[in-house]
Amino acid sequence: MPIKTSPIIVNIGPHHPSTHGVFRMRVMFDGENIIDLEPVFGYLHRGTEKLAEERTYAQIITLTDRLDYLASMSNNLAYVVSVEKLLGVKAPERAMYIRVIMAELMRIASHLIGLGSFLNDLGALATPWMYMFREREKILDLCEMVCGARITYSYMRVGGVSMDLPPEFMGALRQFCDDFPHRIDEYEKLLRENEILISRTKGVAVLSAETAKNNSLSGPVLRASGVNWDLRKSDPYEIYDRLDFEVPIGQTGDTYDRFLVRLEELRQSLKIINQCVKDMPIGETRLKLPALIRPPKGDAYGHVEAPKGELGFYIVSDGTIAPYRLKIRAPSFINLTALREMTVGYKLADLIVVFGSIDVNMGEVDR
Amino acid sequence: MSPTGPNPNWFERWVLDFIPSTANALKDLLGHGPDWLAYILFALIGGFIVVNLPALLTPLFIWIERKVLARVQHRVGPNRVGPFGLLQGVADAVKLMTKEDLVPDSADKLVFNLAPLMAAIPVFLVFPVIPYSARATLADLNLGLLYIISITSVTEVAIFAAGWSSNNKYALFGAMRAVAMLISYEIPLALSLMGVVLIAGTMQLSVIVDTQRYMPMILLQPIGFIVFVTAVSAELNRTPFDLLEAESELTTGYHVEYSGMKWGVFMLAEYAAAFAYSLLIATLFFSGWKGPLLPGFVWLAIKVFFIWCVFIWIRGTFPRLRVDQVMAFSWKFLVPLSLMNVLVTAVEVNIQANQGWEFFPMWFAPINLVIAVVLIVIMSKLFKFEGQTRQVLPSRMGTIIPVTQAAERAASKAK
Amino acid sequence: MTRELGFQDVAAAIERALPGAVVQSSANLVLVDSDKMAAVAKFLREAPGMEFDFLTSVSAVDYLDYFEVVYHLLSIKNNESTVIKTRAYSRDYPAVPSVVNVWQGADFQEREIFDLMGVIFTGHPNLKRIMLWEGFEGHPLRKDYIVVTPS
Repeated sequence: MPIKTSPIIVNIGPHHPSTHGVFRMRVMFDGENIIDLEPVFGYLHRGTEKLAEERTYAQIITLTDRLDYLASMSNNLAYVVSVEKLLGVKAPERAMYIRVIMAELMRIASHLIGLGSFLNDLGALATPWMYMFREREKILDLCEMVCGARITYSYMRVGGVSMDLPPEFMGALRQFCDDFPHRIDEYEKLLRENEILISRTKGVAVLSAETAKNNSLSGPVLRASGVNWDLRKSDPYEIYDRLDFEVPIGQTGDTYDRFLVRLEELRQSLKIINQCVKDMPIGETRLKLPALIRPPKGDAYGHVEAPKGELGFYIVSDGTIAPYRLKIRAPSFINLTALREMTVGYKLADLIVVFGSIDVNMGEVDR
Repeated sequence: MSPTGPNPNWFERWVLDFIPSTANALKDLLGHGPDWLAYILFALIGGFIVVNLPALLTPLFIWIERKVLARVQHRVGPNRVGPFGLLQGVADAVKLMTKEDLVPDSADKLVFNLAPLMAAIPVFLVFPVIPYSARATLADLNLGLLYIISITSVTEVAIFAAGWSSNNKYALFGAMRAVAMLISYEIPLALSLMGVVLIAGTMQLSVIVDTQRYMPMILLQPIGFIVFVTAVSAELNRTPFDLLEAESELTTGYHVEYSGMKWGVFMLAEYAAAFAYSLLIATLFFSGWKGPLLPGFVWLAIKVFFIWCVFIWIRGTFPRLRVDQVMAFSWKFLVPLSLMNVLVTAVEVNIQANQGWEFFPMWFAPINLVIAVVLIVIMSKLFKFEGQTRQVLPSRMGTIIPVTQAAERAASKAK
Repeated sequence: MTRELGFQDVAAAIERALPGAVVQSSANLVLVDSDKMAAVAKFLREAPGMEFDFLTSVSAVDYLDYFEVVYHLLSIKNNESTVIKTRAYSRDYPAVPSVVNVWQGADFQEREIFDLMGVIFTGHPNLKRIMLWEGFEGHPLRKDYIVVTPS
């Protein structure tokens, strides 16, 4: 007699150790296999876009800190780049170098957490996580030196940065840059050839280049699928066109590739920082702009390559001190579009790992 | 029982004196009572000590794990309560006991409350049969090993009962995985010990220790040791086999609904089991309490400490395997390997018997090491973790979760 | 550097393939008839010389008189970008055809716009609230939405 079975629906999240915040997935299981999946958002929705309509252009910088709170300065950068595009101004040379250094430091910090929590999801307890945090801590110390904050920096300003680097910063940064390559080597040695990691991730949730593009994915997830698309190369902003670095591209688009792409990006970011430190000019760090910026009527879309993908701000100005409409193109949010397609048919354990490999931040997903 | 050598140290002398003198003292104390009453009382006292000492040592065991794991992970570990955080276990126990004891409304209350006890009792029944020093065994059963293997399998029932009665989907997943995984690993666990039993010719643990007086069993049974340690880490739900708990997937699986001391009893059972298995590994493969100079129980403690450190090391460094990989590893790797080990050992024991040698010859050790390396290399070449394949066709996607017609409702409202 | 296609050129190309689709075009605007949006999207994705295979972002702006839906498009192959806009004039039932069938990436973004702005994307397979809960009254990003603060 055949045993009668029925699928069960499990709510994974919003309170679950592996949902990286307050994400919820309604998953239908047949045994351990996933039949269907529906992501549920909104547990961290703060209405950033509506709040921005009530704030002046300078005040909105503090709101952007709260999007991807693991890489706040990248959000600052994306916003100020968009406003500068709207105004038609460009920050001074030195400010742009500082911004690029900070953005790349943020990319390292974010990828360290991304990799650490990905391995945590794989079940490697907290060991890789703590190793990654050891380095992230140094980056946070650097940021604290620059602006006094460790999470919500609000360091960038429209037309520059809030203040010049403190004198002790460059020495500390150089020390970090000398030390960090050995740490990356250590990570690679410990993780890259790990038999269990490979058997868990290789060939799991393969995302073809066509699907990735069609789903508007961006960042490491898109590049792991073999699409050579990095805004720093294809649409250079700030001073990226002067810098020499490579964009790591995956071959198959499986979970292992997404992991490797992030690991390699650490190296490339470090390369960028080293060049910036070498070429850093002396001069002004901020344009003289009025305290209340009144951009001309019109709209502008500015974007940067944030750690999680393309972070864009579409700003509509009506000529007043506050934007008429501010829309955030959040990479984490849009990267989740493909989650269902990637995970259906796999097992519960794979779902957690695949979700970890997309590396989302709920502050950015829900805004 | 063989004698403990010509020159027993103070502890062994004390033990040898203690048992009869205590029994006699009890008999005196009871005055004219019958003999059996004194012995029953003595057994009760001994049982009390043998069960409670491990229970009291388990917090220490947890403390060692937390400290060593912390060092592996670049942390400090507990260091607030007592010297070096040694009293952390006491603080945790007090916290757990004073916590509110919640039972879910939809849980099967009887089974739910019984499950922690069912998990803990079998584990503590292991300790009486383990030889802690010369003659320091509460019950030196002649089928000690069989008794341990059978009594520890009861834990699986407890885990399944806990997962099932919680009426929680995560717990159910944990329970299902427990049934599939733990039973799969019982087989290599038992098979890997057959080599030891064949060489020793008995299942009595004190005799097994005695056979190792010239050479620890690990040198004669390398395959058995590796398979046993692997199977034990699966039985103890430790990474890379911690499927039933799977913090990142099932939020601790079968005991997700337990709180307070019931949860504490589960944890106690788990670490007491780790303690018991470490003792068992030391006894079976590292010549138990035997060692020069120091008293037996000190040697046993040192060996247990190092074995436990290896377990912690494994836990701190490996990611978790997937369900199907864990099963495949047991059935396709460990079981054939341990069967081959039984075959090889049986041939060797047969040679020994035919030649009429009194002891298992030492020169089998290098031969067994070579056989172990060759077999494991061949097996690992044959065994490959299968790539993950999709079980459901993508065309079945989206057939189940209903689509709400919010847009249509908005449309009808507008009209 | 991503080349921004001239809006006039894009408008002319659309007009050639789908006459009557472009309502208005200038140096910084291509406004498409909302009824024809799905067809225009298909054209922009597939036509040679366009090949916008990547929908960067979908935004909606409430101008009180009408809702404007803005599509930021990108061609990864040619490294070109453009912006297409369309308008919905009704306040009770502002309907714009969904482009999910053309770019899957529009799925969550259109749902978000429906949730917060109340623009109905006809033909969307699963149009329901995404950030707010089912049963929430109103659409908060609209300019006439009155925020009631609990006090």
